[in-house]
Amino acid sequence: MTEKTLIELDHVTKRYTRGRDTIEIFDELTMGIEEGAFLAIMGPSGSGKTTLLNILGGIDSPTSGSVTVGGQRIDNMSEGALSKWRAANVGFIFQFYNLMPMLTAAQNVELPLLLTDLGRSRRAEHVKTALNVVGIADRAKHKPSELSGGQQQRVAIARAIVSDPKLMLADEPTGDLDRTTAVEILEMLQLLNKEFGKTIIMVTHDPEAARFASRTLHLDKGHFVQEAAE
Amino acid sequence: MNNLKLIWKNAARKKLRLFLTVFSIFTAFLIYGVLGGFQSSLDEGIDIASGANRLVTVHKVSFIQPLPYSYVNKVRSMDGVADVTYAVWFGGYYQNPQQILAVFAVDPESYLRLYSELVIPEDARKTFFSDRRALLVGKKMADRFGWEKGQQVPIQSNIWTNQEGSQTWEFTVAGIFEANDPKIDTSYLLFPYEYLNEGRQFGQDSVGWLVVGTESPDINTQVADAIDLEFANASTQTKTDTEKAFNQAFIEQFGDIGLIVASVTGAAFFTILLIAGNTMMLAIRERTSEIAVLKTLGFGNGKIFTQVILESVLVTLLGAVPAMALAGLFLKGASAAMAGILPAMFINTGMLVKSAGIMLLLALVTGIIPAWKAMNINVVTALGRR
Ligand SMILES: Nc1ncnc2c1ncn2[C@@H]1O[C@H](COP(=O)(O)OP(=O)(O)O)[C@@H](O)[C@H]1O
Ligand SMILES: [Mg+2]
Repeated sequence: MTEKTLIELDHVTKRYTRGRDTIEIFDELTMGIEEGAFLAIMGPSGSGKTTLLNILGGIDSPTSGSVTVGGQRIDNMSEGALSKWRAANVGFIFQFYNLMPMLTAAQNVELPLLLTDLGRSRRAEHVKTALNVVGIADRAKHKPSELSGGQQQRVAIARAIVSDPKLMLADEPTGDLDRTTAVEILEMLQLLNKEFGKTIIMVTHDPEAARFASRTLHLDKGHFVQEAAE
Repeated sequence: MNNLKLIWKNAARKKLRLFLTVFSIFTAFLIYGVLGGFQSSLDEGIDIASGANRLVTVHKVSFIQPLPYSYVNKVRSMDGVADVTYAVWFGGYYQNPQQILAVFAVDPESYLRLYSELVIPEDARKTFFSDRRALLVGKKMADRFGWEKGQQVPIQSNIWTNQEGSQTWEFTVAGIFEANDPKIDTSYLLFPYEYLNEGRQFGQDSVGWLVVGTESPDINTQVADAIDLEFANASTQTKTDTEKAFNQAFIEQFGDIGLIVASVTGAAFFTILLIAGNTMMLAIRERTSEIAVLKTLGFGNGKIFTQVILESVLVTLLGAVPAMALAGLFLKGASAAMAGILPAMFINTGMLVKSAGIMLLLALVTGIIPAWKAMNINVVTALGRR
């Protein structure tokens, strides 16, 4: 594993103002995540795990401080530039899969490729490869409603990797799955990390799930309280 | 899959809803196509049929009252007048009183001089000039009744009784005329004024109206004013207008067709504006989290906005295009069924351009607010809602 830093947070503060109240989620958070890491972030509900992931993925921005990913400052990028950056650099995986119900598995996986200038047949190739990697090629023509939760999450993972991003962000990816299926999904993430070199940051509140990661951080009241390295 | 297919999949996710929206758009455009096509055909018919330098002089009180024959020569001698002809409404019907025909008693030579757009075979023209019972039959009427040259045709008049005390007048078809532009209506019949004037029991030496050819369209107004001024102190006063204005006024006696068409189609469009706009709004609200996911994947604001607008365009076209096609077919069928009563009806290029404009405008108006909302969906809040 290289020791190159992929993500750097420098004095990141995030506050929400609701009327006169101000909720501080992070205060001057500084940290680095090395390329190729599989990092689990744990913490009680409301501790800011999702917010952190959103900031790392460029769908939310810090109140102050800087966020650098792959040498690029993303905290001050324009909305349009961030969209393009996300399309090229980040794969998102959600707890509830978030597939388009009217599209087949293959079409769902193809979505991110509509933003590239790949031709029809190249797109089909990429989709096939991604579906093969997650082992669900035989369900390519199925709609999400015809798939189990675990299968849907595989499709969602395929969608996240189809444009070959360096970074994958997963927010409680197994939160809605039974133990056996959860293990399959976690093994898949491990495979993507080890074999395909993806940097993965996974939010979870399941210690069993966190064990699949190479490192776990505990977030509480806006601070990492203890680092449990394996 | 491509972007267009994605848009289609979005539009078609609720089949019944799509059907209802498309159907309401279809209905509105069908109404527009039929009524608008009817109106524009009338307008175009008037435009084409009206000579640029032709004026029509009628009785000041009502155009059904006659003018003295002497007016013909008086007007002919006036400044700026190139030619004058005249006509009488025969009030004709064929076989039964419901089968009303447009039949005019005219002065053959001057009439054909002024209506030079009519194309008449030389032999028919000769017969028309020499035989007072000659009947010149418009192509459309010939097609409708299957009349041929040389055929005897009895036509009844609901106005004129002849010397035999009968309202049936005998004619011989002299020939069939067409017009140099297929859009000019030819669903009428012409016969020599003399036959009527010598045969009728009353109203001798009067004419229904004058048609005046001016030396140039530029002097139409002056000549019209001069004619009316000429007879201002006579016992029969006149009202002179361009042929186009006269034809328009003639049609408007049946009602302000333009206003009726505008209000009916306006109401129809306003209704679908509400229906389609509301449906679109609902659709976007239901899709909030999906749109947030698309944004997360990297679909930019512009893309999201365009997608919704295009979805609106797609749904509009889906309803409007078949509706315009059906309206065109309907008008064609109605024209065939009512040949001779109404001029040819069709959806002309102007209507097509206008309807395309309305489709686009409607799609934009119904799509723009939902598109704006979709574009401004906050990813963090939308995803956090789950
Ligand atoms: N849009 C928002 N406005 C105000 N407060 C928010 C908003 N989003 C999140 N929060 C608050 O920020 C805190 C962290 O939320 P979140 O990152 O979702 O926590 P976690 O994912 O760890 O459960 C919570 O207290 C939540 O109520
Ligand atoms: Mg969360």
